[in-house]
Amino acid sequence: MRIGASIGAAGPRAALAASLLVFAALPGLTLGSGAPDAQLTALMQRLAHRQHDHVAFVERQYLAVLDQPLVSSGELIYDAPDRLERRTLLPKPERLVLRNGTVTIMRGGRKYRFALRDYPQVAPFVDSIRATLAGDLPALQQDYAVHFTVAAGAWTLILVPRGAKLDAVLKRIRIGGSGTSIRTVEILRADGDRSVMTISPLPAG
Amino acid sequence: MRRSGVAIAIWLLLAALAALVVARAHYTGDLSAFLPKAPSPAQQLLVDELREGPASRLILLAIDGADAPTRARLSRALAARLRSDGTFRAVTNGAAATSERDREFIFAHRYLLSASVNPQRFTVVGLRAAIRNSIDLLASPLGLLAQDLFVRDPTGETLQVLAELNRTAQPQSEDGVWVSRNRQRALLVAATRASGSDTDGQARAIEAIERAFAAAERTVMGAHSATAQLTLSGPGVFAVRARATIEHEAIRLAVLGSLLVATLLFAVYRSLPALLLGLLPVATGALVGVAAVALAFGVVYGVTLGFGATLIGESVDYSVYLFIQARHEPGSSGAPAIGMRTLWRTIRLGVLTSVCGFASLLPSGFPGLAQLGVYSIAGLVAAALVTRFVLPDLLPRDLALRTAVPIGRRFARCIAPLRQARLLLWVIAIIAGLTVYTARDRLWNRDLTALSPVSAADQALDASLRADLGAPDVSTLIVLSAADADAALRSAESAAVTLEPLMADGAIGGFETPSRYLPSLATQAFRRASLPPGNELRQRLAAAVARLPVQADRLQPFIADVAAARRGPLLRRPDLEGTSLAAGVDALLFQRGGLWTALLPLRAPIGGPHAGSIDVVRVRHALAAVAIPGVTVVVLDLKRASDALYATYLFEAVRLSIGGLCAILVVLLIALRSVQRVARVMAPLMLAVLMVMAGLAIGHHPMTILHLIGMLLIVAIGSNYALFFDRESANVDAHDAARMLASLLVANCTAVIGFGVLSLSTVPVLAALGATVAPGVLLALLLSAVLAKDLPAAAGRS
Repeated sequence: MRIGASIGAAGPRAALAASLLVFAALPGLTLGSGAPDAQLTALMQRLAHRQHDHVAFVERQYLAVLDQPLVSSGELIYDAPDRLERRTLLPKPERLVLRNGTVTIMRGGRKYRFALRDYPQVAPFVDSIRATLAGDLPALQQDYAVHFTVAAGAWTLILVPRGAKLDAVLKRIRIGGSGTSIRTVEILRADGDRSVMTISPLPAG
Repeated sequence: MRRSGVAIAIWLLLAALAALVVARAHYTGDLSAFLPKAPSPAQQLLVDELREGPASRLILLAIDGADAPTRARLSRALAARLRSDGTFRAVTNGAAATSERDREFIFAHRYLLSASVNPQRFTVVGLRAAIRNSIDLLASPLGLLAQDLFVRDPTGETLQVLAELNRTAQPQSEDGVWVSRNRQRALLVAATRASGSDTDGQARAIEAIERAFAAAERTVMGAHSATAQLTLSGPGVFAVRARATIEHEAIRLAVLGSLLVATLLFAVYRSLPALLLGLLPVATGALVGVAAVALAFGVVYGVTLGFGATLIGESVDYSVYLFIQARHEPGSSGAPAIGMRTLWRTIRLGVLTSVCGFASLLPSGFPGLAQLGVYSIAGLVAAALVTRFVLPDLLPRDLALRTAVPIGRRFARCIAPLRQARLLLWVIAIIAGLTVYTARDRLWNRDLTALSPVSAADQALDASLRADLGAPDVSTLIVLSAADADAALRSAESAAVTLEPLMADGAIGGFETPSRYLPSLATQAFRRASLPPGNELRQRLAAAVARLPVQADRLQPFIADVAAARRGPLLRRPDLEGTSLAAGVDALLFQRGGLWTALLPLRAPIGGPHAGSIDVVRVRHALAAVAIPGVTVVVLDLKRASDALYATYLFEAVRLSIGGLCAILVVLLIALRSVQRVARVMAPLMLAVLMVMAGLAIGHHPMTILHLIGMLLIVAIGSNYALFFDRESANVDAHDAARMLASLLVANCTAVIGFGVLSLSTVPVLAALGATVAPGVLLALLLSAVLAKDLPAAAGRS
């Protein structure tokens, strides 16, 4: 077991990736009619114009070592082009900021900081998230096989890693939505652990 | 003829010996010439810190130009190359704080390294709290870091250690590498193995960095045009640059000064043999001076050679007096022996006063000034002796010199109106005095860096890089000295315990300690002993997780790891090899002079009541409460301590200068046997010094030790002029008077040239000396002439 490698492997990156993808596909999205590929392209084009978003989330993590799922909830804030913040309110307050490839986590009066770059096995993964945010489909397709399906008003974007490094920790990411909004982001890890994040607009007020 | 033959033989022999010493002498360009010798142990610590401490080994690297991704790639490529180079202890560019290898090491030794390991942690209650905390963490993205570790490290020790190491201030980073606050440059920090005072070692390190950058540029930028620039800063870089500047300037200024003086002398003499012979005392003086320094100190500072101009300025005067004043007109024949005796008496007194002035430098705490004293005394005495005993016999019988009488007459005519306006001089003197008095508070520069040969632009760049890097600028240090490494680590741990509450209060912003990277053996043994035996742990764990959403069976790997940790050895420094923990320890824990020293650099708080400054008094007070036997604890405020030290030396220099002045007065009193005559000799000199001080005050140039030395030189050199006027007061021969004036004018010009050239130097110590002495000696001559009793009138008569 390569501990050093595995500490960060599917860790915050997977969560961040999910969060980022949520934003990538989020608000006011009007899917064009036509072939899925054309719709995907339309989706991607919307991403480059994104400036700011603010939504609520609930995340459930199903871990093999635990008997019960872990539940956390809070808000997500995105500012173009490269700042993402995850404010967890429950079970414990925490703030995570991803900016310029650096992750800063503030929790319990302490500040933790690390660079995504220090985890080379996931760097392409995160790079592709950046590519997604920028609406750069070809770059995304470099690291993932991208499957886009539309059925009965609901659509699903499935990202399956192509690289062996990413493959070792991440099985797939599934983003489900309907109409113009995202409903869920599901991350399935190679070891069978999975997390499901449910997104909703912020409650009024 | 026999006697002169002996003199020449002795001269040749001594010159040859001096040349031999000079050729074999050891020369150094390092800056310690202007780092004071430190009499007290605390001051010694400070000087050691400035010369060899971890801060002295840091080289700051900045990559500018190109675009951000390219800079980041360059930073990584450069860091990778430098890390594989044995020249450096550590290279950090943001990516290395916790490398994969570090994390593996920390995970493997988490029960020895984690500060939260204690017996309570492994009780049922302690385990439950720690595991519950870890489960909470698992829900957060941060916890995902620990997800894979959970079954082996359910109490979260690995994250504990990582968080502890992350507490050190980190600069901004982008794409995983450090960047400046405006994000326009990538930043790296390299710590050299060579100490800051090892200028050769620093020069090699700089070369290695430049090579590595060129190579990194080739690999990263490929065929693209190179648009990225590398900028280096730091004490070692300054030392190397200063040495190059001093070496370069010592030669350049000496050549320039010599050429200008030679041109002047040729214009006056119109005779090549006279010119060459006239430079003979100077050359001998320089040779003997350097040899004397080499013999007295064992090592010659480059900057001492830079002061060579001071010697040219005065020693060439002796031959000028000899050639111009001794009665030697065209048409007459024979060696100029007639006026020699009286002339020599005046020169001898001039040499004596100069020696008194320079002798006051000998006890100086600055080795550079002491060397200047030895160099000048030996050089002047040698030059005077050569002028007296060797030069007259070497002069060709048919040496024809142009008469200098017209020069003297012209000078006298220029002086005449000034003499009429003597009273005005006293008005000027009063104005100068008032100027100096009103500026008395800002007259002196009390900052050690005032002597630093580092340019203001370089200092500003350095400050901005340090600010960008989040203040690794070590201003306050706790220095712990103990008999062995482990004792030093133990004392560092005690000090750390004392400092924690100060950090919480905001008295300090944070601190570094070597024990963070390598705990003492006692602490490690305590942590290891806190781990319960297998069965005990199994039972406690079962009880602890009873109401938690995790099964004890799943945590079997944890029980196995704890059992292994109980049997494992304690960590020692060699075990850390290859991790960034090793670099952390080495920078802060080292052997020096038989003792082991642990350094705990303090950081100023960013906010709160003490924002930006450390409450040193509270730190001292807190540490005083924890006396550790066998360990000396010193809280060192580097900037304040160095300024205080410098102030001490500044006032030492003031005392020495006053001593030198008194010695000059005594010599004059003995020689002239009249208080009135001494007063007449000294008045123009004091006035010249006062005017120079006023000039510096008006120009807002705070004075350093070097300005003070410059004033001493004004008196030492100027006394020669004043003495001639005193002597010639008795002499009414118009031709003699005119020749005397001419010789003084020429001698004065050579001094102004010598020191004026020095004032062009980019080395502050050289420039300060030149800028003080050049105008000072000019004023000394003019004022001596103006205040002289009656001579210029006599010279003006035809």
